[in-house]
Amino acid sequence: MRFSRVVVAVAASALLLSGCSAGGSGDATGAIDLPSDPAEVTGDITYAIWDINQQPAMEELIADFTETYPNVTVSVELTAYEQYFTKLQTQGSSGTLPDVFWMNGPNLQLFASNNLLAPLDPFVDADLIDPANYPEAMNDIYSLDGVQYGVPKDFDTIALLYNKAILERAGVELPTSEWTWDDYHAAAKTVSDKLGAEGIVGSADSTRNQENVYPAIMSNGGTIIDGDTSGYDSPEAIEAVQFWADMVADGSSITPAENAETNGFVRFQNGQAAMMWGGNWRISGLLDSAVKDDVSVAELPLAPTGERKTVIHGVGNSMNAKTKNPQAAQAFLSYLGSEEAALLQAASGAANPAFTDTQQDFVDSAPGYNLQVFEDAATEYSVAYPVSKNTSAWNKLEIDLLAAAFSGERPVADVLEELAEKMNEALAKEK
Amino acid sequence: MKRQSLTRDGWWPVLFVAPLFAGVVVFYLWPLTQSLYYSFTEWGVFGSSTWTGLDNYVRLVGDAAVYRAIINTLVYTGILLVGIPIAVAFAALLNRPGLRYAMVYRTCFFLPYIAMPTAISMVWRIIYNNDFGVINAALGVVGIEGPAWISTEWFSLVAVAIMGLWMSIGFNMIILSAGLKGIPPELYEATAIDGANHWRQFRSITVPLLTPSIFFLSVMTFIAGFQLFDLLYALLGPANPVMPKTQSLVFLYYDAAFSSNEKGYASAIGILILLIIGLFTLVQFRLQRRWVHYVD
Repeated sequence: MRFSRVVVAVAASALLLSGCSAGGSGDATGAIDLPSDPAEVTGDITYAIWDINQQPAMEELIADFTETYPNVTVSVELTAYEQYFTKLQTQGSSGTLPDVFWMNGPNLQLFASNNLLAPLDPFVDADLIDPANYPEAMNDIYSLDGVQYGVPKDFDTIALLYNKAILERAGVELPTSEWTWDDYHAAAKTVSDKLGAEGIVGSADSTRNQENVYPAIMSNGGTIIDGDTSGYDSPEAIEAVQFWADMVADGSSITPAENAETNGFVRFQNGQAAMMWGGNWRISGLLDSAVKDDVSVAELPLAPTGERKTVIHGVGNSMNAKTKNPQAAQAFLSYLGSEEAALLQAASGAANPAFTDTQQDFVDSAPGYNLQVFEDAATEYSVAYPVSKNTSAWNKLEIDLLAAAFSGERPVADVLEELAEKMNEALAKEK
Repeated sequence: MKRQSLTRDGWWPVLFVAPLFAGVVVFYLWPLTQSLYYSFTEWGVFGSSTWTGLDNYVRLVGDAAVYRAIINTLVYTGILLVGIPIAVAFAALLNRPGLRYAMVYRTCFFLPYIAMPTAISMVWRIIYNNDFGVINAALGVVGIEGPAWISTEWFSLVAVAIMGLWMSIGFNMIILSAGLKGIPPELYEATAIDGANHWRQFRSITVPLLTPSIFFLSVMTFIAGFQLFDLLYALLGPANPVMPKTQSLVFLYYDAAFSSNEKGYASAIGILILLIIGLFTLVQFRLQRRWVHYVD
């Protein structure tokens, strides 16, 4: 058969039009209309993540998803965490974001306020996702102005990690839920005094904001960010950071410089530190360390206020608001938010899933570690991880300034006053 | 003469240069123009920018971190420049006629230059470590208590510079070896007859006739020194408490662009780096008449 000029023109324009509907800058923020037959959803989508340890689990999830949606291909795009958000920002600027990707608290508002993330409301309206399935504080982290933009994937809380063998050698009683900051300090001091000659220190705590600074300040009744202002210059915050500075001053804990030479967690892994405040993401790193048989977990010690608080944070799954393949992306995001996906994730031990009551497999992944502490922390005394529209701007201030307070180089109150002042300037710029 | 050949060749030369030139325009000149424009704006993370005139430059002048970064960068570059005389000495030794295994030595010197900077930094991090590093262990043997290299002010900068110097020697030597090959052997023969020893030959022939290569290297080293980033980032780590006292201009640029998300201010820092490099390169070209000998 010979093509006439008209046939070719029609065929070409048809191709062109179909290209337009599938490609172009789609808008995936409206109502969801998924076909009742999953086989009708077709196409390729990308799923961007940053943790190589979780890649096998993510691929298991994809395999499970494609059993239901056989005509969708999901490819994982792995980027190291240090470069992940730099890359995502570049992709956001050039309109080439992946279809579905991991998000975190510090970056959520930045991306959401620039209309790069699909809101979850249409998913909720279509009964595909129900925020009630996840911890309240996690939904808060992934919301901006009352609209949610991310499905909580997993969560982490902070607890007291300790090495039984070292504490016993130093003749210190094991931590209990009744411990206060003073008890913690005294125990760390004893270890440093008795075993310091062997290079063993009582506490591996340092200037880590999520594990040390935030929980201490919040336990003591302070805040990190309160509305539009920094909480760092409050008496509660100063007292909390002073607690850490005192620990460093008498050798109970490592100095910021020592932490820069050899990271505190590495010291704990190597059996050179007896205790540290740590998140549940540390567990997999302990299970294959030299001290794996000596580790256990207790609640954080009680602040002078008699309270304990932990920050809760976790990864979320977000969808590109301008994805070229809305149906496949919507189907995949809905799957990632399901109980089925959460259970699969927990069973692989990759992460502590955010979906309510799916955590048992994660708790069981390290018998004897008492991991239930992390789960109870989430439900009983957790506070949402502090974020704003441009979190990384003041996170950088924390890194630059807090070390001088911890090391005793400058008085704690001075440093925190400067930090609060500069943080307020940064927050004012977000407007 | 030349004018004639241009007309005779017509547009062909332009055609051949065009692909390369297009690359320069698209990947260098256009971004440069954009950076210049954005340095006068406040530019957030995604796209939208507002014109703020000289605000970024006013802030630049009043920013103490910028002055410290300039000093740090200059100190780093100064230490890198020490690598040139070292490379001249090694290159002269390696090019002596009849040296056995010259290829092996050359490869050894060049290896650090082709290895990945981050990988090298990881290794040097261990070498410098205060708890188990080999440098302080060696110093301990002779009774010196070494500093905490990667967490003490100034020592951290010296630590980065020593690593940078070690990496640059291989490249310097390749350039210098090529320069040495260009020196006519008759000169050595003639001076030998006149009774000059090796040291005298090195001073009066080798070094003066190498000055074009040395000049090239000093320009290159200066530019490379002012672009210090990856070694610093990987050796010290961005959360190192000593970083604010060790950071280079490019690190400051990176932080402004990707940590604080102030890309307009970052562009202004970028323009500052360009101006400083341009100025120093110009000065070097002016001064070369005094000490660079070209063999015609």
